[in-house]
Amino acid sequence: MIWSKEETLTRADMEALQLERLKETVARVYEKVPYYRAKMDTIGVKPQDIQSLADLSKLPFTTKQDMRDSYPFGLFAVGQDEIVRIHASSGTTGKPTVVGYTRGDLETWTDCVSRIACMGGASHKDVAQICFGYGMFTGALGLHYGLEKIGAAIVPSSTGNSEKQLMYMQDFRTSLLVATPSYALRLAEVARGLGIHPEKDLNVKIALVGSELLTDAMREEMHLAWGRDVMITSNYGMSELMGPGVSGECLEHCGMHINEDYFLPEIIDSETGEVLPAGEKGELVITCIKKEGLPLIRYRTKDITRLFYEPCACGRTTCRMENLSGRSDDMLKIRGVNVFPGQIEEVVLSIPELGPHYEIVVEREGYTDKLTVRVELNKETDSFAELQRIEAATRNKLKVVLGLDAKIRLESPNTLQRFEDKAKRVKDLRKV
Amino acid sequence: MVTKQISVFIENRKGRLGEILDVLKGNSVNILSMSLADTTEYGILRIISDKPQEGKNALAAAGFSAMLTEIFILKVPHTPGGLHNILHAISEEEINVEYMYGLSVDGENASIVIKTSDPEKADIIFAKRGIETISFCKI
Repeated sequence: MIWSKEETLTRADMEALQLERLKETVARVYEKVPYYRAKMDTIGVKPQDIQSLADLSKLPFTTKQDMRDSYPFGLFAVGQDEIVRIHASSGTTGKPTVVGYTRGDLETWTDCVSRIACMGGASHKDVAQICFGYGMFTGALGLHYGLEKIGAAIVPSSTGNSEKQLMYMQDFRTSLLVATPSYALRLAEVARGLGIHPEKDLNVKIALVGSELLTDAMREEMHLAWGRDVMITSNYGMSELMGPGVSGECLEHCGMHINEDYFLPEIIDSETGEVLPAGEKGELVITCIKKEGLPLIRYRTKDITRLFYEPCACGRTTCRMENLSGRSDDMLKIRGVNVFPGQIEEVVLSIPELGPHYEIVVEREGYTDKLTVRVELNKETDSFAELQRIEAATRNKLKVVLGLDAKIRLESPNTLQRFEDKAKRVKDLRKV
Repeated sequence: MVTKQISVFIENRKGRLGEILDVLKGNSVNILSMSLADTTEYGILRIISDKPQEGKNALAAAGFSAMLTEIFILKVPHTPGGLHNILHAISEEEINVEYMYGLSVDGENASIVIKTSDPEKADIIFAKRGIETISFCKI
């Protein structure tokens, strides 16, 4: 089911709508947000200079640093009396980034998430268990309201206590699971430990996964854990822009549809800032063209993807972004080679004797970077030669994919840390 | 007669062996012999015990990668050439020894643990040649 009529507009109608909303947004931030006015004045751009969608590139970028500099409310375009909700990012380093929503923003957000839920096959018949942490994190509440709007029964079980999660799943006949891919795998693992077969004993038919990359290999692991017939779609968003609901995958599995009547996308070269033509890979930049509380202009997401505009077999005409291949700030430079954790994940998941969990450790010995990949053994063995063969196969495959020598550390099952929210699989111990 | 050995994957990390022994102790599994070759990062700990199935289950439940392996415990005459004769008997039949380690010395006999490439065939040869195998529960 297609939730909103905006998802099937012709390209010309969509662009007309986008331009109208872009002009209105730029005029409003120039007037209401001193930070943006100063930025635009510095480079000599006025709201009236925006006459076409191509003029977007005249506007300055917004970065996470801008949000930190204006902590907490400096980029808000409305007074505090109009804000009805505040969320914040986890902020692993320094101050968190704070986002505020007006009543209208919450409606927009709900609409966006309802759309991506429908793309993933959800309907009013579903019992939807939300295993994202409720709190300052946008993931849980975003999915909560969007799914509730389409009429699903929400089980706001949050994170933690996997055994209780599984009890709800069994007793409530949960049909739709919202989780990170790694937590979905963890739940299946705990279920098996309790003698519950996820495919036979549970009723999960739909998995809406987000907040982490969903690589093809990870999707395959999810099918192995939860069953062939479970419909798994990934969705994308970030708190700075709204939360989940920026884009989502439909059942055709060929990219994530961007809700581009709300989020105007561009792809740029991360190094030069130059806008790249459709189809080229680069950093995703989003302008919020229908937000009241925090309308960010050309926000640099740091996520690497490409855009394509061909209408989809599902009937939607919205622009699609390829499933993410990494984040420009997740990229590791090891001995001068660019490495994305996703590449390592693909290799680890392709070795049947290894479990899906892994940890990447980068250290510096003298002047040389050392890459170690910790992985869990998935198969019992009595043969030392077999262990060596598994290790060598993993090392060789990584060498082919990364062009780097890595050390493989085999570990017992359940040794590596499990994550309920976003998995942190990289430990960079190099002194900067 | 084949006997079951517990084979456990073990990382070379401080306290790891202790954790395994702790699980076995907690489940009243008695260890009769064990073997662990030195390796840099990891190895396989092989254990002969009075209750291999229980021991393996307890280790797996505790999160270890553990399995049962079919091995033989052979009685070896405590005289020069005693082991040679046994090995000769199976190598004549193209059976390989994958690993072996000692178990006990008792008066006139010693006993060893031996893993062969073909347990089924080896079992027949041992019976035919009168090479005595010991079951773990008799020890």
